[in-house]
Amino acid sequence: MDLLWLIPTLPLVGFLILLVTEGRLPNMAVAVVGAGSVGLSALVALIAGIEFLEQGSAPFSQVLWQWMNVGGFTPNITLYLDGLSLVMTGVITGVGFLIHVYATGYMWEEGGYSRFFSYMNLFVFAMLMLVLGDNLLVLYLGWEGVGLCSYLLIGFFHDDPENGYAARKAFVVTRVGDTAMALGLFLLFRELGTLEIQSILTGANSVWAEGSMLCTAIALLLLGGAVGKSAQIPLQTWLPDAMAGPTPVSALIHAATMVTAGVYLIARMHDLFLLSPAAQLAVAIVGVATLFISSFTALVQTDIKRILAFSTMSQIGYMFMALGVGAWSAAIFHLMTHAFFKALLFLAAGSVILALHHEQNIFKMGGLWRKLPVPFWSMVIGSAALAALPLTSGFYSKDAILLTAWDSATGGVWFWTLAAVAAFMTTLYSARLIFVVFFGDMQKEPHDPSKINMWGVLVVLSVLSIAGGWFGLVPVGSVLPDGGLEAEHTGSIVWITAAVPIMGLLVGYLVFGRGLIDLDKLSDRSWARSLSRFWFGGWGFDTFYEAVLVKPFVSIANANKSDIVDAFYRGVVTTAQVLHRLSTRSQTGSLRWYAANMGAGLLVVLILVIIA
Amino acid sequence: MNGWDLILVLLAAGGVAWLAERFNVNAPRWISLVVLIVATFLVAGMWLGGADASGLYDQVEMAWIPRFGISVLLYMDGLSLMLVGLTVLLGVVAVVASWSEIKERHGFFQANLLWTLAGVVGVFTAMDLFLFFVFWEVMLVPMYFLIAIWGHENRGYAAMKFFLFTQVSGLLLLLAILTLVYVHYMGSGVITFSYRDLLGTQMDGTLAFYLMLGFFVAFVVKLPGVPLHTWLPDAHTQAPTAGSVILAGILLKTGAYGLIRFVVPLFPEAALEFRWPAMLLGAISVVYGGYMAYSQSDFKRLVAYSSISHMGFVLLGVFAWNMLALQGAVVQMIAHGFSSAALFMLAGALQQRLHTREMGEMGGLWQRAPRMGVVALFFVVASLGMPGLGTFVGEFLVLLGAFQVDIVLTAVAAIGIIVAAVYSLSLMQRSFQGGVSPNTEGISDFGARELSVMVLMALALVALGVYPAPVLELSEPVVTGLGVNP
Repeated sequence: MDLLWLIPTLPLVGFLILLVTEGRLPNMAVAVVGAGSVGLSALVALIAGIEFLEQGSAPFSQVLWQWMNVGGFTPNITLYLDGLSLVMTGVITGVGFLIHVYATGYMWEEGGYSRFFSYMNLFVFAMLMLVLGDNLLVLYLGWEGVGLCSYLLIGFFHDDPENGYAARKAFVVTRVGDTAMALGLFLLFRELGTLEIQSILTGANSVWAEGSMLCTAIALLLLGGAVGKSAQIPLQTWLPDAMAGPTPVSALIHAATMVTAGVYLIARMHDLFLLSPAAQLAVAIVGVATLFISSFTALVQTDIKRILAFSTMSQIGYMFMALGVGAWSAAIFHLMTHAFFKALLFLAAGSVILALHHEQNIFKMGGLWRKLPVPFWSMVIGSAALAALPLTSGFYSKDAILLTAWDSATGGVWFWTLAAVAAFMTTLYSARLIFVVFFGDMQKEPHDPSKINMWGVLVVLSVLSIAGGWFGLVPVGSVLPDGGLEAEHTGSIVWITAAVPIMGLLVGYLVFGRGLIDLDKLSDRSWARSLSRFWFGGWGFDTFYEAVLVKPFVSIANANKSDIVDAFYRGVVTTAQVLHRLSTRSQTGSLRWYAANMGAGLLVVLILVIIA
Repeated sequence: MNGWDLILVLLAAGGVAWLAERFNVNAPRWISLVVLIVATFLVAGMWLGGADASGLYDQVEMAWIPRFGISVLLYMDGLSLMLVGLTVLLGVVAVVASWSEIKERHGFFQANLLWTLAGVVGVFTAMDLFLFFVFWEVMLVPMYFLIAIWGHENRGYAAMKFFLFTQVSGLLLLLAILTLVYVHYMGSGVITFSYRDLLGTQMDGTLAFYLMLGFFVAFVVKLPGVPLHTWLPDAHTQAPTAGSVILAGILLKTGAYGLIRFVVPLFPEAALEFRWPAMLLGAISVVYGGYMAYSQSDFKRLVAYSSISHMGFVLLGVFAWNMLALQGAVVQMIAHGFSSAALFMLAGALQQRLHTREMGEMGGLWQRAPRMGVVALFFVVASLGMPGLGTFVGEFLVLLGAFQVDIVLTAVAAIGIIVAAVYSLSLMQRSFQGGVSPNTEGISDFGARELSVMVLMALALVALGVYPAPVLELSEPVVTGLGVNP
């Protein structure tokens, strides 16, 4: 476990090697460095994890150095391993390694191979700092670092300005949340005098009573950071556009790891939310609203990656709801299973996209299941887990969330109902995706470029997507307040909850597989068309922000390009010049004019003297 | 070697460089380079040599005009030392940045460069207010020439604007200094310009407030803070690259230094009374500077406005006047010195290659010059306050400290972090990303000369970002001595 520092350092070294070689390495060497560094890191993480579990899950921390020492503010760069950070580290290095391996094949033909892997390695480093840091400042370092890498990778193909726009949108929108979070850190430091996570958790309980206003304010500010990073309402609009990045990026950053950082943050700071029921309720409401809205949006998208993006938002919404209703361990469990099956779905989609020469519109696909068997079966398995069909990994985690929501005092039946409707929709849009893409008539002949490093990864992830939830292997019981996944649920609700996705599957099959409802006819109706357009646009959030924030910001900036403050100084200059011109005009050189002026002046003086 | 020798050497080297042009066109820049590199090592040597018991690395005391209590007092404490170090180091950068840019009057150019630096070193070390004022003027005149002679298309206007702003505010400074000395004389019967003697001068509250304001305006013009900032975009845009590097990297810091060294310690009550308006100006500078940066289409002008935003943090931090905020302001000064110098050097390199500063005519430069792209990306990221780099440490500490004093103003300034992301990434997009512009055909990438300087500054920012202790430890005893709140 003394090798803990190696886990983030290895990807950092990979990044540095790729940076200083300036892209002069051959692709093969880049692949070895890029994927190998993460692989080694995963190996170290595995060893550390086994050792950690053998030693009875006692938290382990390793001080690297003191970051700074200013007026009582003494954050250390310290790595902290407990059950929670172990799960996260496992997901980041494990799934991260698989995605890196896949990407060595996927990106082979693209330019900037070395640049791509340098960003990817830097991302893994930052993400590991985020989850391993024992200080909120170190967490913030990772938090901003992953945001930067996300920006760089969304805009990886930077010759297209649209990719650049999507990248900047992602960075700026999340930065709004980050700034709220920074204010939360300032407030925490003012109240508790430290940013060390463990001291905060113990300190909070001794300083604040339940329902304290200050604690609520802090928790809500942290929630602001979490909704930005995790693409939850109201800061969710960047994620669909982030699909401009290469598909392995979407799988790694925008599905498996970075977007779940908000879930991690709230789970990590759980005591603050327990002390503030209002803030915890806010977490649940954010989650429920997001999972509901985005599951409808996913149903009407036509771009395969955007479907998966909205699906990701929706699934993270489940995690937020879980945190909000106190299903802490289930949230982390779902985070893990989601990392497996969503990475699988994205990578399978990537293989389809590559096979069709970068076609992403599902209506230009079709009939591919015979030609692309591995992506097809991967997609089926991933969708089954996403829809939480029994025996898949997603079933165990999502079921635990829904049932805890039902039992919870705060939301209860409302949360369960909305989440169950969304679960139904999830199966529906998954069925639509599979039937439209893999069945029906073939529109375009695919070429199958799959190499073993790509389909091998799909197979591994497929196994994880099914079996990854069987054993409930999330050692977070000692960290989180609900003590693990022990809760037992009883009653008919258990059966109803399990039946929802099966019903969805049935309806999906009838509608998209057998064509029971004529969708073309339906879309002729005006109400259906406007509803679908409303859903398609993500329920109007983008339009609203565009009109209220972006347009005024840009137009005022353009109007004030020459700086209104300078107008004052220019005015001073103009006045001086006018006065100067006026007084020059009095210098005529005519003697008579001067004499007359002198006479007039004398007269004025005399009058003044007489009056005085 | 002490501070006085350093100033004399720089002044003399300027004269030698001027004359040397007659013998060889290349001689002046080599003289500058060698002198500045040697000076950098000497300052580093002073640092490694350690401070004496009173925290000074060096001190010079000589009588000058005893009748008026004026003497040559040059004290080098930790704060002065690090700023002098920054000055000579960025001097090296400036010489390298303008290595092939200057086409005429090489000797006089290097002379002005060295004389400006001599003035700045004096400003950072003088502990006699009269001497301080002399150096304050000494650094202006050669800077004026740098802009007026070697500047770009609108140099006359820009140089005059720069000169007028600083002269008018310099006049206020002089009046305030003389009044302060007079008040001290009335109270104690001793005429003295010595900083240490003038500390703690008893005076009427209203008078103290106006005197404080006189110092404040002079330094905030230099900083610059909104609304006294408008000389800066013009001066920066028109100055030759070396001029911009020195202006942004060092000269702006003299304003910040003045606030820390003089305004608050000399007039503690008045400064406390003025805390809210000053912090408000700081917060406004952060946001407005950033917003103006976004609206620019000229690469250099954008960077110039971003400087206003970054220096706004210093103003905010100084008037928060607690350990966190003040140490943050110090780190911010050093970090901004490197990041702005690098960005201006980049702007100069682009203008030299493309003959334009308009970002509309750039685009897609990454494909043509990937090294420049990586360098630009690094410093843009530093500018938007990425943790792990020096700017973050500075801004975070300032905000953390300011938050203890005023939550609302800190929240306003924090919006500046979002704006910084907007303008920084927009700079990157418009110049280096997007479709390849036909103007950029066949441009050369950074060679070893430019790259080595850039890497040096990048490493400095990384070091400051992950281990700022050397800088913090240098300034900590100083700011403690200035009576900062804990």
